[in-house]
Amino acid sequence: MSILIDRRKFLQTSALTAAAAASGTMAAPSILRAQSAGVKIGLLAPVSGALAYSGQQGRLGAQLAVDEINAAGGIKSMNGAKLDPVLGDAQSTPDGGNAEVEKMNSAGVSAIVGGFASGICLATTQTAARYDLPYIVDVGVTDSIVTRGLKNTFRFGPGFGVITKAAIENLITINNNANKPAKTVMIVHEDSAFGAGLAKLLNTALPAGGFEILDTIAHPTPTRDFNNVVLKIKAANPDIVIPANYYNEYVLLARTMQQQKVRPKAAIYSVLGGAASSYKFVKEFNEAAQYIMDCNHWFDPRNAKALELKKKVEAAGQFFTYEVYLNYSCVLLLADAIERAKSADRAAITAALASSTFANHIMPYGPTKFVDGQNTGAAPANTQIIGNDIQVILPEAFASAKPVFPLPPA
Amino acid sequence: MHLTILIPAILNGLLTGAVYALIALGLTLVYGVLHIINFAHGAMLTAALFAAFFMHKLLGLDPYIAVFILSPAFFALGYALQRFVIGPAAHGSDSNILLVTLGLSVVIENAMLHFFRADTRTIDVPYGFSVVPVAGAYLSVPRLVGFGVAVLVAVLLWALLTRSDTGKAIRAVAKEKLGAELSGIDVSHIYAVTFGLGAACVAIAACLLIPTYYVNPHVGTGFVLVAFTIVVLGGMGSIPGALIGGLFVGVVESLCGLYLGESLGQIGIFLMFILVLLFRPSGLMGERA
Repeated sequence: MSILIDRRKFLQTSALTAAAAASGTMAAPSILRAQSAGVKIGLLAPVSGALAYSGQQGRLGAQLAVDEINAAGGIKSMNGAKLDPVLGDAQSTPDGGNAEVEKMNSAGVSAIVGGFASGICLATTQTAARYDLPYIVDVGVTDSIVTRGLKNTFRFGPGFGVITKAAIENLITINNNANKPAKTVMIVHEDSAFGAGLAKLLNTALPAGGFEILDTIAHPTPTRDFNNVVLKIKAANPDIVIPANYYNEYVLLARTMQQQKVRPKAAIYSVLGGAASSYKFVKEFNEAAQYIMDCNHWFDPRNAKALELKKKVEAAGQFFTYEVYLNYSCVLLLADAIERAKSADRAAITAALASSTFANHIMPYGPTKFVDGQNTGAAPANTQIIGNDIQVILPEAFASAKPVFPLPPA
Repeated sequence: MHLTILIPAILNGLLTGAVYALIALGLTLVYGVLHIINFAHGAMLTAALFAAFFMHKLLGLDPYIAVFILSPAFFALGYALQRFVIGPAAHGSDSNILLVTLGLSVVIENAMLHFFRADTRTIDVPYGFSVVPVAGAYLSVPRLVGFGVAVLVAVLLWALLTRSDTGKAIRAVAKEKLGAELSGIDVSHIYAVTFGLGAACVAIAACLLIPTYYVNPHVGTGFVLVAFTIVVLGGMGSIPGALIGGLFVGVVESLCGLYLGESLGQIGIFLMFILVLLFRPSGLMGERA
């Protein structure tokens, strides 16, 4: 047992040190303060394994929020008690996530934030429910996460159903506003639950919206070569290409399209596109990325606090990805609940989360209101890569640019 | 399916297959001589990709120039690994070697994860997007270079094995270890040289891949699974077998992807693999046991 604790402490300390070194924002003494009478919160992220990049980004965001709250005097209703993060690595698997929830529970955390992948969140929320441990899902978009009646589970961001519905409606709006230049669509999707589920939804919703679907191509993750897929796109010559896959495949597909000189007439339009709203992609493959649209998690570009956080993350040499600001927001949501609960008691925090009206956050959402654990104010945003930046084109209340649609001639 | 798609698909398959072949060459050489399956091959490929990446990023060296530094460096690294880590740790038992290489792969991959994070990285070279029109297809210049170099390396390796003294010693050790030792061949040196050659192949493959591909700490695994198939398909330890097997697997993967969908693209490879195991267990070019 002592070995386990030592290992965890070691991991915790080294991770904290790494985070401090990376962000340059955290003072060293706070590591030593880990034993103080603060409120312990579990920060769960898959920082190793296949999802490690997302996990590390998520941990960064959560850590930034914890630092910010502690620097501003901690939880005021509890005499300035500090948030004391207990870091966990879900190892990119549901089992790994569950093991960490067990450990966090025995470490006496008051709540957990994180999980990232839907598969992990489905498992970890359930394990946390056994201990009546409030759990805030950071990303996990699968709708069933919040429809199983778990009283401890909350999701601040939008789920799959909301995102795809908005994506399809927005595509139809954008096309109608431009006098319907696009009629045909081709879908390229990865073949697990996310991509295949999306392709199925698109195949029913888009024909109803007046689009003809020429072909739907599935591919595995990882796929090493997209030449065949691009050849098929070239032969079918669709007006719109809709990719639904993860970062590496998305970039390879976009690069191959550029290389093979294949360019749809109207747009590349993604839904939760792996790279389509990633600053990394924009920076590294600017030409291949031009005018790509995406419907995804996004921050409010008109919010000064969001822009300040973005600057901070970029100054630390990291990209401002959705994992960062979603985890950041979720920790702030939790801190707000603890503030109102005036206690580290799990049941009190759960009740405070359920009645949360968390405002002044950095997301382009409507008023926060939790129904069965889902924030009904949550919504995705439509983005487009224009020049060196990613602009929000819809919803109009948050837009920073007008859509470029159809594509300008090459 | 139109010829306008079919011909480019076959050409693409050949280009992909050549790089598979190069990775398989290193694996087959090590298997043929040392009779061990090098589980660290994928991790070494990842390490080489990172090395090529940082050579470009920090020193501004083009991967096609870096290859002349990296392949000797990886040869030395492979030599040292076999001579000072794998050899001594194995205590003469093959199953130990298996475990040692497996352990090495875990150590290398996690060390890279620790130092470089799980970030996917790519480099941007001026010729990265250049293409040559061939028979109605746009063939990527870096992939064509990859094809040429892979074939060249296979020919050179084959010449080395059949013509040079070191090559003869390697073949002698592979055939009859004790006999070779009695004839004055330094067996542990030859083992290490072979392992070094395998590592050098991986370094060359990395330099050919990086202009059009990406690197992250897990990237090697996907290639090595295919390389294992090629080694068995071509015949364990056979250089021409690895080359032909690699090209064949590339084309099969490409055509299966085209006709059955990308998700089922790899089914062709493994179907073929099973058929070969059933009807020609020693592989296409392998010597009969």
